[in-house]
Amino acid sequence: MARYLRYLVPLAIFALLVAFLYRGLSLDPKLVPSPLVGKAMPTFTLTRLDNPDVTISDADFKGKVTLLNVWATWCVSCRREHETLVQLAKTGQVDIYGLNYKDNREDANRWLAKLGNPYVANAFDSDGRVGIDWGVYGAPETFIIDREGIIRHKHIGPLTIEIINDEILPLVAKLKS
Amino acid sequence: MNPMKLLIPLIPLLLVVAAPPLPAAVTLESFTFPTRAEEQHFKDVIGQLRCLVCQNETLADSDADLAHDLRAEVYEMMKSGKSDQEVIDFLVNRYGDFVLYNPPVKPSTYLIWYGPFVLLAIAALLLIRAVGRQRQVREPEISAEERKRLERLLGDDAGKGKQG
Repeated sequence: MARYLRYLVPLAIFALLVAFLYRGLSLDPKLVPSPLVGKAMPTFTLTRLDNPDVTISDADFKGKVTLLNVWATWCVSCRREHETLVQLAKTGQVDIYGLNYKDNREDANRWLAKLGNPYVANAFDSDGRVGIDWGVYGAPETFIIDREGIIRHKHIGPLTIEIINDEILPLVAKLKS
Repeated sequence: MNPMKLLIPLIPLLLVVAAPPLPAAVTLESFTFPTRAEEQHFKDVIGQLRCLVCQNETLADSDADLAHDLRAEVYEMMKSGKSDQEVIDFLVNRYGDFVLYNPPVKPSTYLIWYGPFVLLAIAALLLIRAVGRQRQVREPEISAEERKRLERLLGDDAGKGKQG
């Protein structure tokens, strides 16, 4: 047995190394887990994108399961994601709020008029201060918030139909029940 | 070949190694500080924090839009008298431990912090065992006759060596 051990130990170490490296292949270092998941959503008060005289705050989210989608017109992936959001809004399964991040009000309103508006309301975060409180580092990002205002999930990068069907909607349904 | 000639290709490498590191902060913002010490302190703090957009750059080095915003945020906080720890906590609460170049010691990082020492201990144990085993190897026993022959051969050899 001791004779085989001499060969088995390096083989086992090699196998372990392969397992770690293989796992590493499917990990994306760009996806940093958010410390906000499981915590109350950061408080904020901003003007509405469509009306600078009306404010929107975290209090508007309470009492229902919501999505908060961080987007901007300068964000290429957001353009790709937009159609998916419009489709999700049509299903009526969840209210989608938007955080328009470091954008230009006119451009953003024109974008929504042209491409369709999936949002219940948009908060206009022109200097990105609220974005920092939410730990935003790359639009698009989408948060799922429960009735009590606790962040339950964060998706970084554009939403796709698959992600919505496999991750977002099942969690929304669970939080609603 | 002159051994000095062998070193010539290494000169550029030596120059790189010996060159002082480039100044870290090439910031575009015009932050103002009352003293040089405070400016250095600011640079030290942002030099410890990772930019989440260009992940291999510090907040001090990065030219990403987010890095500009976070530098401004850190600047404002330090100006208003917040401690280093408060600034760091502010960022960790929003972006996670990932913003720290120096990971904190906690259960999920035990492997990084203590793993090398565990490996070192295992290596030391194996070494001690290997050395111990080598010591146990006894000197081969030889008979009186063999010893006599050995001495004769060695003696001969030594004699030849002296003559030659």
